[in-house]
Amino acid sequence: MGETMGKTGGETGGDGRTTIEQRSDRELVVTRIFDGPVRLVFDAWTKADLFKLWWVPKSGGMNLKSCEMDVRTGGGYRLVFDLGEQGSMAFFGKYLEVVPLTRLVWTNDEGEEGAVTTVTFEEEDGKTRLVLREVYPSKEAFDAERGAEGALPEQFDQLDALLASLAASA
Amino acid sequence: MVQFSTARLDASFAALSDATRRGVLEQLGRSEASITELADRFHMTLTGMKKHVGVLEQAGLVTTQKIGRVRTCRLGRRDLDEEAAWIDGRRRVWNERFDALESVVEALKRKEASDGRDNG
Repeated sequence: MGETMGKTGGETGGDGRTTIEQRSDRELVVTRIFDGPVRLVFDAWTKADLFKLWWVPKSGGMNLKSCEMDVRTGGGYRLVFDLGEQGSMAFFGKYLEVVPLTRLVWTNDEGEEGAVTTVTFEEEDGKTRLVLREVYPSKEAFDAERGAEGALPEQFDQLDALLASLAASA
Repeated sequence: MVQFSTARLDASFAALSDATRRGVLEQLGRSEASITELADRFHMTLTGMKKHVGVLEQAGLVTTQKIGRVRTCRLGRRDLDEEAAWIDGRRRVWNERFDALESVVEALKRKEASDGRDNG
């Protein structure tokens, strides 16, 4: 116990290291160890008020406008980002599996062939080993996603079109 | 810093650990070549060369394309760089998120500890 008490200023017993690995032609695996028990880490993934505090990468210039999470098998989630003048962008999907303190599986339905994300939580000596898997439905979908970073203007065009159609139908 | 996936690094080092395969990479650095040409150049059977090229291909160091009955091999370095850059981008996003998550977990832990003390 004394060992964690003695730590100072932002230092933690987690490994502070995010590893990422492409496991197959359509699967990406991200792992990290957090210095805290699963019950706390799991809370941070499943309670919207906590989730909002960390999910949005600060360097991305995006603000989370709203965050709705119905964390149970079959429940849905919806995250809406404010893009300033470019309107907003929603990420949404369904929880395929929710096993408290163990496992979360959800779909990413904002795109046509979105990945299924699986997060598993394992506790060891008060720490949590977190493994996140993104599995795309096909190699083609994965490759398309990999090309997506260079295609941002196109995505914004699509978004504009989508927003226009939503505005028209509203 | 670009952080390559360990699986990919393992595959790359394994691929580079063989003198013939290093020779094939040098050769392909000069010009693309068919498996048959490579087999001739390195005095190997077609099957043997196919295996070597397969290992290089698996590691992302070489790409091959079959046109008709000829399989042409070329260096896959560009693809590898693009892939590494993409993966690195993903890693940065997750790293940023997880750094923030770590702070949240720390805060929760502190809260729990102080609540625990309060409750005796």
